[in-house]
Amino acid sequence: MAEKPKLHYPNGRGRMESVRWVLAAAGVEFDAREFLETKEQLQKLQEGNHLLFQQVPMVEIDGMKLVQTRSILHYIAAKHNLFGKDLKERTLIDMYVEGTLDLLEMIIMHPFLKPDDQQKEVVGMAQKAIIRYFPVFEKILRGHGQTFLVGNQLSLADIILLQTILALEEKIPNILASFPFLQEYTVKISNIPTIKRFLEPGSKKKPPPDDIYVRTVYNVFMP
Amino acid sequence: MAAKPKLYYFRGRGRKEFVLWLLAAAGVEFEDEFFETREQYEKLQKDGHLHFGQVHLVKIDGMVLMQTRAILGYLAAKCDLSGKDLKERVGINMYTDGNLDLMMMMIAVAPFEPPNKKEESFVLVVKKAKTHYLPIFEKILKDHREDFLIGNKFSWADVQLLEAILMGEELDASVLSDFPLLKVFKHISNIPTIKKFLQPGSPKKPPRDSHYLNFEESNLTIKYP
Repeated sequence: MAEKPKLHYPNGRGRMESVRWVLAAAGVEFDAREFLETKEQLQKLQEGNHLLFQQVPMVEIDGMKLVQTRSILHYIAAKHNLFGKDLKERTLIDMYVEGTLDLLEMIIMHPFLKPDDQQKEVVGMAQKAIIRYFPVFEKILRGHGQTFLVGNQLSLADIILLQTILALEEKIPNILASFPFLQEYTVKISNIPTIKRFLEPGSKKKPPPDDIYVRTVYNVFMP
Repeated sequence: MAAKPKLYYFRGRGRKEFVLWLLAAAGVEFEDEFFETREQYEKLQKDGHLHFGQVHLVKIDGMVLMQTRAILGYLAAKCDLSGKDLKERVGINMYTDGNLDLMMMMIAVAPFEPPNKKEESFVLVVKKAKTHYLPIFEKILKDHREDFLIGNKFSWADVQLLEAILMGEELDASVLSDFPLLKVFKHISNIPTIKKFLQPGSPKKPPRDSHYLNFEESNLTIKYP
């Protein structure tokens, strides 16, 4: 790529964090200097017709302005050999990513819940992860005994799952207690050099959402 | 495809409808299977097929596919409706992702609102279609003046846009009144495979009625083990 991809989003995780993860895992440097902080900045993007559906995330890459988180993730994964070797592998990866994104959605929305609902939602996330999602991935890893979820190589499915596991562990530290394969998996994937670098201080990985982030989001997006 | 794909869902319009449209438009024959009892659902769970507990399932080419978007992505690629290269594919993905957001509101949100909020919910969806989504597609067609959304060739994005337009018109017959190019676009209904799908007796489902909702609601409560 001639120019670095350019990310447009507030300065925090939200829906853009998955994109940061994938770019980092692929070893792609990206330009994230300008963060959306005001409504006016968003309006400027909207009025300039830079946002297909008037929404962010938006990533400028290869002469395109990509929107829709999934589409962005798919494009980057396909470009950087993170989407399997054929259509069947790609579809399996897609299925796993879709499932994980359902879980990640709860984490993304969590800071915007009423304080009274937030604790209840943490319990809900834990239940959903432990009862519905983790058993599936544990079974897959146990079943083939390989390091990665699909095709014996790193894919988008591994990156999004690791992102989700680590985000959940921030809220529920022992969430993987009953999942030995996922525990080992988490360590192995975290140690992949590009991902290890992303997990170190000073990287482009964003910290957990705080009050400043929540306020910024309201400033930028509320009508 | 060797054997016919088998599509599983509740009887009635839901996420499966997107798959029906795609396969029908591509002229692919399929078997339309329905969950009508709790026992059928629990059997699939026991057989280990319901990965994440959802009920939208397609058996095809020796695989059991779940997750609506993943299913659609696979079928679009197999039916040669996902563009000629990665750039066209990502364009199609963006359009379909956006459209799916809109249609999910019509299919998966509004019908499930409590009776006193339902009407308002549908009105809001139509408004969103008219002010937010349809203008975008009108502009795309205006900018390139081609018959199809991407690459001057019929694709999954076109199938979905037509589906969204027709669903919108069920809610508000005048939904295309401000969009002359979309009105012209609607003529893709005349593509033989689509025309056939739009005739009575096809697998296309009518809008949800209250019976279907009650059944699905009671089934949805068993999604969580």
